[in-house]
Amino acid sequence: MVQLMNRTENETQAAVSPLEAPVREAAKPVVYDTKQLNLWYGSHHALKNIDLPIRENEVTAIIGPSGCGKSTYIKTLNRMVELVDGVRTSGEILYRGRNIFEAKYSVEELRTRVGMVFQKPNPFPKSIYDNIAYGPRIHGIKNKKVLDEIVEQSLRGAAIWDEVKDRLNTNAYSLSGGQQQRICIARALAIEPDVILMDEPTSALDPISTLKVEELVQELKENYSIIIVTHNMQQAARISDKTAFFLNGEVIEFDDTDKIFQNPADQRTEDYISGRFG
Amino acid sequence: MRITEQQPGANKRFIDPASVSKRMDGRKITNTVFKTLFFMATLVALLVLGILFYRILSQGLGFLSLDFFQNFASRFPEKAGIKAALVGSLWLMAVVAPVSMFLGIGTAIYLEEYAKKNRVNDFIRMNISNLAGVPSVVFGLLGLTIFVRALALGNSILAAGFTMSLLILPVIIVAAQEAIRAVPQHVREASYGMGATKWQTIVRVVLPSAIPGILTGSILALSRAIGETAPLIVIGVPVIIQFLPSGVMDTFTALPMQIYDWAKRPQADFQQVASAGIIVLMAFLLLMNSIAVLIRNKFQKRY
Ligand SMILES: Nc1ncnc2c1ncn2[C@@H]1O[C@H](COP(=O)(O)OP(=O)(O)O)[C@@H](O)[C@H]1O
Ligand SMILES: [Mg+2]
Repeated sequence: MVQLMNRTENETQAAVSPLEAPVREAAKPVVYDTKQLNLWYGSHHALKNIDLPIRENEVTAIIGPSGCGKSTYIKTLNRMVELVDGVRTSGEILYRGRNIFEAKYSVEELRTRVGMVFQKPNPFPKSIYDNIAYGPRIHGIKNKKVLDEIVEQSLRGAAIWDEVKDRLNTNAYSLSGGQQQRICIARALAIEPDVILMDEPTSALDPISTLKVEELVQELKENYSIIIVTHNMQQAARISDKTAFFLNGEVIEFDDTDKIFQNPADQRTEDYISGRFG
Repeated sequence: MRITEQQPGANKRFIDPASVSKRMDGRKITNTVFKTLFFMATLVALLVLGILFYRILSQGLGFLSLDFFQNFASRFPEKAGIKAALVGSLWLMAVVAPVSMFLGIGTAIYLEEYAKKNRVNDFIRMNISNLAGVPSVVFGLLGLTIFVRALALGNSILAAGFTMSLLILPVIIVAAQEAIRAVPQHVREASYGMGATKWQTIVRVVLPSAIPGILTGSILALSRAIGETAPLIVIGVPVIIQFLPSGVMDTFTALPMQIYDWAKRPQADFQQVASAGIIVLMAFLLLMNSIAVLIRNKFQKRY
């Protein structure tokens, strides 16, 4: 386990250094392209003219003060925001080239490609096994052997297999908050997503659990594209490749994380990351 | 005071410890007075209940024999039995339980999970609670008009069962709505977030968590249906029945009807038969309520 973490750290540093070099590596393909997105809660204009291309196998961090629309934006990416009554949108979000607001687009299908991890760990009041098997089951997998394999693979993927393998049948609520959150990550992995959305996944966790989740995010980006909302700027700097700074429902600046944190183009970005407001 | 104002961060003091301790004695006396008052109120309720139990048990136990359960109604108190009424009440439950629970839970799911939050639906929600307060006689008249006459079901088990179902429907709906609402939104979001449809989320996440609450509420509502008399009188359910029903279209009698009939007879012995009937009815209710408590304690989910 420890070895695994160390290796990941080294790899991360290796991956970051080319970005600092004058010649940038070729841009990866765009997974999610947001074009002129606007969103209203009733009459409240919560997202304003958002343009944001999000690339494959990168960690994109979304930062900004409370109430600036970070959660709203990330919930719009899988259309969860529509659970709120009276939400209106305009503009486009292209996921793999197709507009998710198209009348014929099935939200259920979108959400099987795009997993989500929430701010507060929210396992089902079921066993650990049933939590992980939930996604595969709703998508029609009944074979016990297949489910067993998915459960193990997902729990390993979320770096929590060793901690829970002997008690897969106990209730997920018997675990600590940090473990619950990794169960929720494993549960999202079990639907074999393409993108993982995370809304402040560590804000309810202690520092050690936070570290574990951060390391996990680093590992996961090998296979998934990750969009993570975070309140914690060191976290964004540590784990993300790109950072978008939101303020009052607008994207003020979107660039390489190093650029945002070392040499921001906008005065407001600089003020925020240097802790002058927020 | 001036110094306090000049120091930023230091608060002004509004509570004077001396006057607080001066008023402390008075506050404690008020506390004791009210505590005693409320205890007395509880005592009165318990006393009345105790007297009621004592009267019924002392009068009825003597008539509570095996024969009492095996005999039909009779003109002679010592031969009178509760067989037809007991079996009739069980038949009634066999109709009321599935009909009222299916309609009640279905309505609650629709209102909580599917219906949009708009004025029309708010109006419906509000009026369901109001319906729970409508007197049972009114439901009896409704049943008489619709089921007994318009649908020509007569005074059958089915007609009475439908009427009783309507009567307890609002209570079941409200109980089920509360149980469904108690399921935290974040577990629904987890399910939707994985691509589950609304129906899958309801069946796999919402209902498993809400079922204990729904069952508890439903059982309590059903025990109300067992005790209700007025709607049965209005529908015209008979009392002297010398056979057991063989289907839902047969006529029947029920426990509260039988007790009511015995209680209004002039002979003193029949008063005691009525008490024996009440003991049976109360045992029935107690049993159902214990089942409800059991379900609540055993299956309640904690988050
Ligand atoms: N369900 C909602 N109904 C109405 N307004 C909302 C709702 N959720 C969020 N908002 C408003 O939208 C804005 C953005 O909120 P949110 O996306 O939660 O911010 P953040 O996650 O950046 O703290 C805030 O002003 C908030 O009050
Ligand atoms: Mg938020």
